[in-house]
Amino acid sequence: MLDKPKIHNPAQSSAPLTLYGTEVRSRLLLGTARYPSPDILRQAIAASGAQIVTVSLRRESARARSGQKFWDMIKGLGCHILPNTAGCFTVKEAITTAEMAREVFETSWIKLEVIANEDTLQPDLLGLVQAARTLTENGFDVFPYTTEDLSVAEKLAEAGCKVIMPWGSPIGSGKGLNNNFGLRTLRSYFPDFPLIIDAGIGAPSHAAEAMEMGYDAILLNTAIAKAGDPARMAAAFSEATRAGRTAYEAGLMEQRDMASPSTPLAGTAFSALNDS
Amino acid sequence: MAEHVITIIGAGIAGLWQALLLARAGHRVTLIEKSDEPFTASASWYAGAMLAPYCEEESAEPNVRVLGLRSLEIWKSFMPDLAQAGSLVVAQPRDQSELNRYAEMTTGHELIGDKELAELEPDLSGRFSKALFYPEEAHLDPRRAMPFLLDEIRRSGVTVALGTETIPDGSDIIIDCRGLGAEADLATLRGVRGERAIIRTQDVKLHRPIRLLHPRFPLYIVPWDDHHYMIGATVIESADEGKVTLRSALELLSAAYAVHPAFGEAEIIEMSAGVRPAFPDNMPRIIRNGKRLYVNGLYRHGFLLAPVLAELVCDHLETGARHAEVFVENRLEW
Repeated sequence: MLDKPKIHNPAQSSAPLTLYGTEVRSRLLLGTARYPSPDILRQAIAASGAQIVTVSLRRESARARSGQKFWDMIKGLGCHILPNTAGCFTVKEAITTAEMAREVFETSWIKLEVIANEDTLQPDLLGLVQAARTLTENGFDVFPYTTEDLSVAEKLAEAGCKVIMPWGSPIGSGKGLNNNFGLRTLRSYFPDFPLIIDAGIGAPSHAAEAMEMGYDAILLNTAIAKAGDPARMAAAFSEATRAGRTAYEAGLMEQRDMASPSTPLAGTAFSALNDS
Repeated sequence: MAEHVITIIGAGIAGLWQALLLARAGHRVTLIEKSDEPFTASASWYAGAMLAPYCEEESAEPNVRVLGLRSLEIWKSFMPDLAQAGSLVVAQPRDQSELNRYAEMTTGHELIGDKELAELEPDLSGRFSKALFYPEEAHLDPRRAMPFLLDEIRRSGVTVALGTETIPDGSDIIIDCRGLGAEADLATLRGVRGERAIIRTQDVKLHRPIRLLHPRFPLYIVPWDDHHYMIGATVIESADEGKVTLRSALELLSAAYAVHPAFGEAEIIEMSAGVRPAFPDNMPRIIRNGKRLYVNGLYRHGFLLAPVLAELVCDHLETGARHAEVFVENRLEW
C-alpha cells in the first residue's frame, strides 16, 4: 500500500463521497499525464492521498498493449482507476476508447471527454450527451467532462450520468473558477448530485474555493504534474481540498456589506478610558 | 591497473562510449552487436543528439545536468569540431507563460530580445520577440557521430563483431548495453516511444537547436549536416515500435512550420519511431550483478549521458568507485 501522508486534521471526519456506489474519503482526484517520471507520479499520488486516478488510454494503447508497463504501474498505485477518453474528437472515437479501457482496466468507470476543438480543448457538448447516453446504455458509469452549462448538465443526468464534472476553466489553463456565478447556479440546481470540478484548477486556493462552494471533489493534473516539486504541490492541494470541504460542512459565515466588530466596543476598557 | 578482458553487448550510443573509454583505459575490449548493420537497430539512431544539460533539467533530475556537463567535456575532447553553438528556446506569443516556466525550471540561460535573436539566427528575425539562449549547449548529427565513434573504437584496438550475440570465452567483465533488449533481466525497465521527422531545405538556415514550447507538446528542431533538420520528438508511454501516426506527424511538422513558414517547402526525408529504455525515475543506472554490469535507462539522454557513464564504469573497474546516484549493486529488480 501507499504511504499516505499523516493527517492531523478534523477534516478526517468529513463525510465520505460516493461515486457510482464506491465510497472514497479523499476528495481529490488526480490525472497521471505529463509527470517528469513515473516515480515522481507515484510520489505525488502518495502525497495527495488521492484514491482515484484518471489515466488516458488513447496514445498508450496504440498497438498490441504496448503501454502495458505504464498501465501496470498505474494499477500498482492502489487507487481506483478512472480511465479517460482524452484526445477523442468524435463520439465514435470516445466510445471505442471507453470499450478498450474497460477491457484493460477491468472497470466500468469512464471519464468521458469529447473534445470540440484541439486548440481550446472545449468539450463538444452535443457529442458528449450522445456518447454519455450510448455508454450508459452499454453499462458504463460515465463521468462526463462538461462546462457549467445547466441545460447540458440536465441532459447528462437524463442520459443516466450519476456524476457531473464541469470545468473550472479550460484544460491546462490554470485559471481557476472562470464562471463563479454559473458554477454556483449549477451547484444549487443539483444539490444532491456529485459534482466534481474537472480542469482549470491552477492553485490550491482555487480548489479550496470550489470546495467551499459545495463542490464534491476536485480533479486536476497539470498544476501538480508541472509544478517545480510535484509531490509537495500534491500535498498542498490535498490540504486545500480538505480545508475547503471542512469549511463547507462547518458552514461559512454570510458576507456583509458593513464591518461588524467581533467584540462589542461599548463598555470595553479602552472606550471607558477615552470617555474620561 | 588490472587489465580486464571485457565484452560490451550492444553498439548503441551507450555501448560505443563504453568500448571507446574502456579500450583507451587499456582493457582488452570486444564490442558485439546483434544486428548485422551497426546503429540502425538502436534507439540512439533515432535521437536528436542534442547535448543540452541545462534544457534537460526542465523535466529531469538535477543530476542529469551535473552528469551531462561532464559528458559535454568528454565529447569535446574527442570531437574538437563539435558544434557548440548553444540552443534556443522560443514560444508563440500566447504561450509566453511556458517560456517563463521554462526559465524558472532551468539554469545556464539568458533571456534575449529580438535583436540578439536576429544576430544568432537571422532567419528567425522578427518571428519571436524573445527567447532563452543556452550558450554552452551543443548538438551533433548522430549519423556522423556514431560512425565517428565506431572508427575511433576500431582505431583503439577494439574487436567489433556485428551480427552476433555470442560472448567470447575468457571475458571477465561483461558490459550489457542492450537497452530494451535487456528488458527480461531488468524488471522495472520500460519503453517510451518517440517519433521524429527528418526534413531537408535550403530555404531556412538555423545554426543551433530550437525548442518550441507549447502547453501540450514541446518540440525541437535540430540542424544536421547537408541542410537536414531533425524534428523531434514525441514522448509516449508505450513500447510500440510501429510507424509514426498521422497525429504525431501533424504535431511534429506543424512545430517546424510555426518556427518558420518556409519549412513548409521542405522535403520530408524520413519519419520514424524508436523506443527509449527508461527506469521508473527516468534516470540512468549502472547495475552490477557479478561480472556483468548493465548500463541502461538512458531514456531521452543517450547522447548526453553515455560518455560520463563510460567514465564511471572505467573508474569503477579501476578503483572500485560507485557513483551513489547511478550505481546499483546486485538488485536487478531495482
